[in-house]
Amino acid sequence: MEALTSILFHGLAYAMVLYIVSVGLAVTMGLMGFVNLAHGVFAMAGGYVTVTLMNGYGVPFGLALLAAFIITALISVVLERTLYARLYGASELDQVLFTIGLIFMSVAAVRYLWGPLPQPVHLPAMLSGQVDLGFRSFPTYRSFMILVGFVLIALLWLLVERTNFGAQLRAAVDNRRMAESIGIDTRRLFSCAFALGSGLAALGGGLGADILAIYPGYASEYLVYFLMVVAIGGLGSLRGPFVAALLLGIGDTACKYLVPQLGAFFVFAAMIALLLWRPAGVFGRA
Amino acid sequence: MSPVDALIRRHRLRAIELLPWIIAVGGYFAFADYLPLGSQILIMILFALSLDLVLGYAGIVTLGHSAFFGVGAYAAGIYAARVSGEPLSGLLVGAVAAGAVGWGSGMVILRTQGLALLMLTLAVTALLAEAANKASFVTGGADGLQGVDISPIFGVFRFDLFGRTAYVYCLVVLFLAWLFARHLVHSSFGQSLIGIRENLVRMHAIGSPVRRRLLAVYTIAAALAGVAGALLAQTTQFVGLTVLGFQRSGEIVIMLVFGGVGRLYGAFVGATLYMIAQDQLAKMDPEFWYFWIGLLLVLLVMFARGGILGLLDRVVRR
Amino acid sequence: MRIGISVALAACIAIGSTAVASAQTVKLGVVDTYSGPFAAVGELLDRGIRLYVKQHEKDLPPGVKLEVIRRDDTGPNPEVAKRMAQELITRDRVQLLAGTVYTPNALAIAPLATEAKVPFVVMNAGTAMITTKSPYIARVSFTMWQSSYPLGGWAVKNGLKKVFTAVTDYGPGIDAEAAFTKGFTDAGGQIVGSVHMPLQNPDYVPFMQRAKDANPDAVFVFVPGGKDATSIMKVFGDLGLKAAGIKMIGPGDISTDEELANMGDVALGVVTAFHYSAAAERVANQEFVKAYKAEYGADQEPAFEVIGGYDGMAAIFHVIIEQRGKIDPDRTMELLRGWKNANSPRGPIMIDPDTRDIVQNEYLRRIEKVNGRLANVEFETIPMVKDPWKEINKQK
Repeated sequence: MEALTSILFHGLAYAMVLYIVSVGLAVTMGLMGFVNLAHGVFAMAGGYVTVTLMNGYGVPFGLALLAAFIITALISVVLERTLYARLYGASELDQVLFTIGLIFMSVAAVRYLWGPLPQPVHLPAMLSGQVDLGFRSFPTYRSFMILVGFVLIALLWLLVERTNFGAQLRAAVDNRRMAESIGIDTRRLFSCAFALGSGLAALGGGLGADILAIYPGYASEYLVYFLMVVAIGGLGSLRGPFVAALLLGIGDTACKYLVPQLGAFFVFAAMIALLLWRPAGVFGRA
Repeated sequence: MSPVDALIRRHRLRAIELLPWIIAVGGYFAFADYLPLGSQILIMILFALSLDLVLGYAGIVTLGHSAFFGVGAYAAGIYAARVSGEPLSGLLVGAVAAGAVGWGSGMVILRTQGLALLMLTLAVTALLAEAANKASFVTGGADGLQGVDISPIFGVFRFDLFGRTAYVYCLVVLFLAWLFARHLVHSSFGQSLIGIRENLVRMHAIGSPVRRRLLAVYTIAAALAGVAGALLAQTTQFVGLTVLGFQRSGEIVIMLVFGGVGRLYGAFVGATLYMIAQDQLAKMDPEFWYFWIGLLLVLLVMFARGGILGLLDRVVRR
Repeated sequence: MRIGISVALAACIAIGSTAVASAQTVKLGVVDTYSGPFAAVGELLDRGIRLYVKQHEKDLPPGVKLEVIRRDDTGPNPEVAKRMAQELITRDRVQLLAGTVYTPNALAIAPLATEAKVPFVVMNAGTAMITTKSPYIARVSFTMWQSSYPLGGWAVKNGLKKVFTAVTDYGPGIDAEAAFTKGFTDAGGQIVGSVHMPLQNPDYVPFMQRAKDANPDAVFVFVPGGKDATSIMKVFGDLGLKAAGIKMIGPGDISTDEELANMGDVALGVVTAFHYSAAAERVANQEFVKAYKAEYGADQEPAFEVIGGYDGMAAIFHVIIEQRGKIDPDRTMELLRGWKNANSPRGPIMIDPDTRDIVQNEYLRRIEKVNGRLANVEFETIPMVKDPWKEINKQK
């Protein structure tokens, strides 16, 4: 029982990080049909901004995360307007190559600026240690991550389901031409969604730095996991990637706990099975 | 009439198509000190050529082509270590093993498209890499496969320290593979692949057996990639886990794209320039080498779609 | 044909070496990882090489010069490593080879060293059997067995009777597990469970939870250094293994000096066995650390890879000086066999005359706070350990 709750709890925390980083990718890929392999770069950027502000300038954790969100979102808008936008409608191959190019450049640049070693993460005292929930205690920081994850999900849901921006977004995902013809400025919409998605990735990068270490290989090493969340979850929805992240986070953790001999086989085998069953993702529209 | 003559007649072999071979033969004499690099370039050309069949002609975007390269390398390596060091049968073993894996995985994954297909190609490679790591009693695991002892070709030509035999061997194999690939893409089969790439719906409509065609080319390309892998295993007499890595899959796509996709010769231009650039640039600026490659990729996509050969085309036409 | 080629080969090499010898320039080819995701480790190795050359260039006999030619193997890519070694031998005509961070790379080069008779000094790669693959290989780094095997005996002696092992599922991890298990069970310890963890593994929770369930006295851990060591250490704390009184032990790979700062207080009390710690108080080491910091920055700590490069160059300087720059491959191997350095930063070292492998002290270290920073503090020495894998397999 103790082991079970512990696996569920830690799997959930891991799933939250995966979700926060990947949800933006699902939305932008669904919206623009853009295969953005460089999404992890924004998460990495967020991680570096957070860690640098905290370690170098003594900025409090929360503020550093907010800064990571804003700075990365701004950078991403510039990139979107100048580079990405030229490739909407280009072939899948071109998009893949372009974003691989971005990954290479960012890896080299980050290595040049911060060196090759992983960045140390010093959590605020308030968030380290254990928190007692009555029946047992949990690591404070992972609890905090889960909490933040749920708050973000609630905010995202409100944004997409309850605001004008959300309605436009949903319309554009459903049918871009129709949305344009009733006067929705999809270009602006795309930019906003892109910035939001990248900002969220940055937040995930900073928040998850304790699990997914911040180092130059970040954007390429964890890319597979982010892509898995999106591919399994399905494009253009908020719910799909969440279920996929839970499945990956908890499923992978549980499987490695129960049958460690299978090692990394489970995730990949599960992905193959799920994608063959529903090629457009579990919650995607075929 | 020899088969080569037949080919020349059928597809009007242009003089310029002989250029790569003249360079390759000349390179043997002009760069005698660089033959080990030369053979690895020839191997990568063959690998890129096999990818071109899948990516360029059939339009399947894959990030898992190294699966077949790796299977070919391991099959040929294990064959040499356990069964026989005879190289030509080793090539065949590599080709058959990789072709079988290509056929088997193609059966399953080619029913999907786009992101799902991309992820599936990735997943297949990851599973194979994990399997090769786990099965260390046959593959040597992370330490690599040792004891790959290759006998002289035809019992005569020994693989020497300077890489002369290896170079000639790779060159001959590449030439034969090129003849085959060239024949393939000019055949009606090749033309139907282009049809599938350009307009899938129409090909379905005219009753072309799309799935079967795609599976066939996927299998053939896998077998060719397997030959490339087998060549690497035989010429380095060693197989490491990286033959199955994502990095190799990504790199080969980049090489092909640099040269130009879907034109058979993109593989030649791209692999050669990439390997030489890596050999030279990485020496000068190892830390930042990936930055320049990345920048080049971005520029290529922005301004020179079609790669170097595409650029040349446009210059010539103007 | 075969004879023809080998005669031509011998002639070329002979011409090459005499031409070089008359100029009294010794050419050393270094195959190391300078680019790609693993460049950080390669850089550490190279720092050791550079530092030694800088300090000792003046010790070469008059007229003798050393030319170091560096080649990039781009990571654990044996075919590139082999090509680089091939080029170094045939094109650059090096008389000595050195380097390789990774085992597969060293193994791919081994047949070349034999065929071309070029002595190859292995400066890092740690799988036990490497030195058996060519009579022209000598190793100055370490073997996985050297640290993990004696740690098993130490654990039993210090009241750790039940141990759970958790290692990364690849060559060195399996090696470490086998070595520890052998040393530990031979001394009467009991392995209460073991687990292999995938190489690409973002989260160590499931494995540490299994370890906790087994309720051992200690967990023996091996992960490839760097971020994975920090990750597993944090999970070890988060899951409450430390609070439950379970100890963490392992080879020094899990507490590398450059990674300690990232780990935080949870790492306090972890015991590792290894051949080098930057915190060691030997005079030779203190001088070495001082020189290192002067060269590469006050915030830099030398790691075991640096020592591999540094001591490797010491061995190479020895053979150059003894032969006054005229390198003969067999004489070189003779000089390397039994080569001793009583004053390496890691303590006394020697190359075993029989196996050409390193013999060195293994230190048991506990992670403690020294001047507010985490450090590996040596508290016990197991003197002059020969590679146990070769010793055990010899007895059979």
